[in-house]
Amino acid sequence: MPIIEVENLVKKFGSFIANDHLTFSVEEGEIFGFLGANGAGKTTAMKILCGLSAPTSGKVNVAGFDVYRQSEMIKKRIGYMSQRFSLFEDLSVWENFQFYGGIYGLPAAKIKQRTTELLGRLGLESEKNQLLGSLPLGWKQKLAFSVAIIHQPSIVFLDEPTGGVDPITRRQFWEIIYETASQGITVFVTTHYMDEAEYCQRVSIMTDGKIVALDTPANLKKQYNAANIEEVFLKIARS
Amino acid sequence: MSNSISIQANNITKSYVEKLALDDISFGIKKGELFGFIGPDGAGKTTLFRLITTLLVPDSGTLSVEGLDTVKDYVQLRKILGYMPGRFSLYQDLTVEENLRFFAGIFKTTPEANYDLVKDIYSQIEPFKNRKAGKLSGGMKQKLALSCALIHRPEVLILDEPTTGVDAVSRIEFWEMLAKLRQSGITIVVSTPYMDEASRCDRVALIQNGKIMSIDTPESIRQNYGSKLWAVRADDIYLLLRDLRQFKATRTAFPFGEYIHLSLSDDSAKPAEIALYMQGAGHSNVQITQIEPSIEDCFMEMMGKSAS
Repeated sequence: MPIIEVENLVKKFGSFIANDHLTFSVEEGEIFGFLGANGAGKTTAMKILCGLSAPTSGKVNVAGFDVYRQSEMIKKRIGYMSQRFSLFEDLSVWENFQFYGGIYGLPAAKIKQRTTELLGRLGLESEKNQLLGSLPLGWKQKLAFSVAIIHQPSIVFLDEPTGGVDPITRRQFWEIIYETASQGITVFVTTHYMDEAEYCQRVSIMTDGKIVALDTPANLKKQYNAANIEEVFLKIARS
Repeated sequence: MSNSISIQANNITKSYVEKLALDDISFGIKKGELFGFIGPDGAGKTTLFRLITTLLVPDSGTLSVEGLDTVKDYVQLRKILGYMPGRFSLYQDLTVEENLRFFAGIFKTTPEANYDLVKDIYSQIEPFKNRKAGKLSGGMKQKLALSCALIHRPEVLILDEPTTGVDAVSRIEFWEMLAKLRQSGITIVVSTPYMDEASRCDRVALIQNGKIMSIDTPESIRQNYGSKLWAVRADDIYLLLRDLRQFKATRTAFPFGEYIHLSLSDDSAKPAEIALYMQGAGHSNVQITQIEPSIEDCFMEMMGKSAS
């Protein structure tokens, strides 16, 4: 049973077609890579999936809810993390978890339990009273991810989560993604690092508002006769 | 490329209220060189570029560009510098052409006088010259910013993370533009968090936590990796990573796309032994090949060394 179902999604801004009949689905617990050149329409589609923007036409169902009528329900069932939107730098680690737990309406005891659990997994328990702003970028990104799943969402959307992160932390971040997906949380991720596309179970590639390729990394490489996903990406973008 | 120095830094230290941003950094960049500072966010790249462009003053150490001191001679120095900051900083409500004319005007010149230098880049956005800069796509903004940084014919061009957040195709195109520009003899200094871009530079400095870990040609950095490196794969790559970390001979194991890059504590180990171990752990379709290390392999190696 797919957790995201999109059929003929169209989004227009005036005469500009940002999303041109997108059709795809994402399975529960899947790590789904959403790739495309700048301006291809990824952000527009992601906003729609998160219930922040209504489609012009088409059918979109996320976590069992319809985006036209039930966008507020969708927002409760998803987590979101972007490279730019980070946590509050002048709050402590613990306070950030408290704040976002509160936003999602979790009871105090549950927030405490989830915060302890998530910090334990990152090995950052002893940093819980430090101001977020004093921590290295890589830690902040891992914390931002943990906060995005504090309410145990069905799906977590990650918009370039590893941009600018050092190569070791970038890899640790992906191990956390794997662990999260193995617990049944679906991961929907965009990245400009093509090696990271290989870590996804399936990858879609958008150009000019359309999904032009969608398959497992292995099948895409076979189909485009390419050594890696970067080559697939270049072949698609230049054709 | 000549052997004379364009930028010379001696023992530069710069700290902000609580944070040491640059820790006793020294380097020399040659005239006409395409030089890259490679490192993640927070490494100190932007601070360094603001020191070079005279926008910040170092706590200690000396820094000169084309023989001009960045502190004492900043007025003359600014005339020969072109600077493209990390954040888009052109005037969004001016048109493409107005922006170019404005930046030329600041340096008391005209777009026409130096058109030959920017022609290759600017001609790509010239069809949109009456469009407001704020309405351009990311790739076009980047081309306009580069044109504006070049329009006064600087001797040294400083580009702070021009490819960050840019897709794989546009990144390649941008580096092709720089390679062409390099032929005009201008010294180009670029910073980037993308390790794979190092190979585009004549020389690079790998920078992390305010320190330069290594400074050399990309080729020499790769040759100095220090041990054999293996690319390993099997059907379940995630499980394979966990198992390889348990393997007693493993020194480092890092995922690289569909492979794991593996180095061993003893280089005399045979690939057959690794394969045997993994098959014993239940892996299928095991494949092992020796590979040349990439800059990213080297970067992680040096990070590991500086941490221990």
